[in-house]
Amino acid sequence: MIAADERVKSPEELKKVQKKLKKRDKSVVSVRVCIGTGCAARGSHKIYESFREAAENAGGGVKVEAKCVGCHGFCERGPIVVIDPGNILYQRVEEPDVDEIFRETVLGGKVVERLLYEDPDTGEKAKTEEMIPFYNAQRRIVLKENGRIDPTSIEDYIAVGGFTALLKAMTMDPGEIIDEVEKSGLRGRGGGGFLTARKWRSCHAASGKEKYVICNGDEGDPGAFMDRSIMEGNPYSILEGMIIGAYAIGASRGYIYVRNEYPLAVEHLRKALDQLRIFGLLGEDILGAGFSFDIRINRGGGAFVCGESTALIASLEGRAGEPRAKYVHTVESGLKKKPTNLNNVETWANIPAIINGGGEKFAKIGTKNSKGTKVFSLVGKVVNTGLVEVPMGMTLREIVYDIGGGVKDGKAFKAVQTGGPSGGCIPAEYLDAKVDFDELTKLGSMMGSGGMIVMDEDNCMVNVAKYFLNFLRQESCGKCTPCREGIPQMLHILDRITSGRGEEGDIEMLEELAELLADASLCALGKTAANPVMSTIRYFREEYETHIKEKRCPARECRGMFLYDIDEEACRGCGICAKNCPIDAITGERKEPHVIDQAKCTKCGTCFEKCPFNAVVKV
Amino acid sequence: MEKEVITAIIGRYERDSGMLIPMMQDLQAEFGYLPPEKLRMLSQELDVPLSRLYSVATFYSSFRLAPSGQHEVTLCMGTVCYLKGADRISKRICETFKVEPGGTTEDRLFTLQAVNCVGACALAPVMIVDGKYYDGVTPDSAVKVISGLSLEDDEKEKAGPSSKSSKGSGASGKEVQK
Repeated sequence: MIAADERVKSPEELKKVQKKLKKRDKSVVSVRVCIGTGCAARGSHKIYESFREAAENAGGGVKVEAKCVGCHGFCERGPIVVIDPGNILYQRVEEPDVDEIFRETVLGGKVVERLLYEDPDTGEKAKTEEMIPFYNAQRRIVLKENGRIDPTSIEDYIAVGGFTALLKAMTMDPGEIIDEVEKSGLRGRGGGGFLTARKWRSCHAASGKEKYVICNGDEGDPGAFMDRSIMEGNPYSILEGMIIGAYAIGASRGYIYVRNEYPLAVEHLRKALDQLRIFGLLGEDILGAGFSFDIRINRGGGAFVCGESTALIASLEGRAGEPRAKYVHTVESGLKKKPTNLNNVETWANIPAIINGGGEKFAKIGTKNSKGTKVFSLVGKVVNTGLVEVPMGMTLREIVYDIGGGVKDGKAFKAVQTGGPSGGCIPAEYLDAKVDFDELTKLGSMMGSGGMIVMDEDNCMVNVAKYFLNFLRQESCGKCTPCREGIPQMLHILDRITSGRGEEGDIEMLEELAELLADASLCALGKTAANPVMSTIRYFREEYETHIKEKRCPARECRGMFLYDIDEEACRGCGICAKNCPIDAITGERKEPHVIDQAKCTKCGTCFEKCPFNAVVKV
Repeated sequence: MEKEVITAIIGRYERDSGMLIPMMQDLQAEFGYLPPEKLRMLSQELDVPLSRLYSVATFYSSFRLAPSGQHEVTLCMGTVCYLKGADRISKRICETFKVEPGGTTEDRLFTLQAVNCVGACALAPVMIVDGKYYDGVTPDSAVKVISGLSLEDDEKEKAGPSSKSSKGSGASGKEVQK
């Protein structure tokens, strides 16, 4: 066992370790078990333990290594286990399957057919990732080693070429590194889409001896887990990016601000930092280059607004996370009033690939003004929920249908929501729009950090807008009046509309308030807060009008704005609905179809939830 | 003795008042909530006004000023969970157990946390009870799971070796029950 447990003092020593670790014993069978949050929640730790035990007891000259790896992306099919050689991907593995996999595949070299992915259309079995449509339309740069390396083993990271970018960067001038990042055209992946190199250059040029770099891992958008998966699955790539960035900018200290809800990410980052310190890639005089740098982890306190750079900095200074006006940029005066460069997790994780392959190569991927790839968490009413990385410029249709497998349960597609609470809903007619920073903004949504939520015909768009606004009302820090007071006013109107008390003029009032919020709020949270409302009014105005004029919810989601009825043919007359109805509005003989007295019915929906035969329908 | 806890926490961060939030997180990890007298001690030791500690404690949703219940029930209110009915689950739990999101039941059986997103969207709607994930939750199944909690079994669990770590790591790999 070669271990990276001694301090390397020069680039030559690091190269030696790399060379040693790259020479892998090819006779070892490797069992990779995903322990990302999705798979772990379905019991993958126990599966890993069983494989580890089986590997230990195997004996007889068989070399087996079982390891925990980060998110493979295909969360829908978790827990996922991959066996190498062969890269055989088993999905929905359960603990009792371990024995069979070990006996047949690990020892016998045979494939367990029943655990392979089966194409729902053709019925064909897929043996490897490459044969599954979900994977083969993707292009992985940031997620390349996710699911391959043990996220707690620095040796694993080095064995797949880790820290070659750092070695290369150390031979370059800071200016050259920034030039390379500039050539790549990389834009911030956290939502703003600001050119990374420009930020770095300003921070590099800013006067002051002490400078900071920050990694924003406060992934607050609901329905988004890209950054979590990178932090959990390959923390080293982020840290390597940060070390390179700090070297280029001239920073001596780094911070990673991680969301409080991501304990596994914190654990993996912490382990990685400890290993890097022992290994000598963090601390004093890194690789003998006279450059000293260290990183500290801060856990967030659970405030969405802290994703905003100045609020995040306030939080790092031990204060409530309230943003400030940005007439002085953080690159000049940020944390502790020192020049500070803040980038998102995914942005940092792109840096090693850019330095390794060169900026020009990176810039070949993507569209004119959006280069490289983007990781999305494809979720909601989609067949294949999971994490996907695609080149910029891929259409929404390709993502939702080719990779995502379309809408779940054969329902009709209604909209895809991007950009989190600051984004918007894009309807079916724009499914062929190319996904990049500018196109999504044109459509009234935004790239944001990468949440992509698919909605179907059962989702009421007024209710969706209400959900996001309610979220933002809770998360508004309250510092500026337009945001603090404007959002509740808009929410009040939406509440009225969705409970059947909408009035003529409500839509116009929403539009007016939205304009006010965009013009007068202090930070991006308030400025963009009305986006979910505005985009739904733009594309689904009829739905708003039906709520207001006809007092009816076309998607049958808003309580009290549709009726419940009993389908005579489906009803078996079991009487469960009548027994559970709180106001005895349901009558009927046993084994005969029941009837709801609409005059009595309060539309509470209890019968709908209780009916074992799906005979209660919404009309 | 109790003061030692405070000085140890402060020492961990080199008395840097900029690290106030991690210090308060450690304090909460120690006591399960932020006891007022401990906050006062921390404020005096750090020479930071108590009002600022209070502002931090009330700004961030992860801080608690009252002791939590025996069990921790976390309900995800992220977009996907919401689209799949998390608000109905939340309402049902609140009605059945007479509790508010962020609050604790009168008998201190459990504290209900409604969080924005746990990032396990493939499992939506998700509920986490003492670090154990439940997927595809319905109002009925949520109530059933919570009804199965008792004031005693946490005591038993505490004696076990693994209970603490499973709480800490969140994704502890415990099996999902439908």
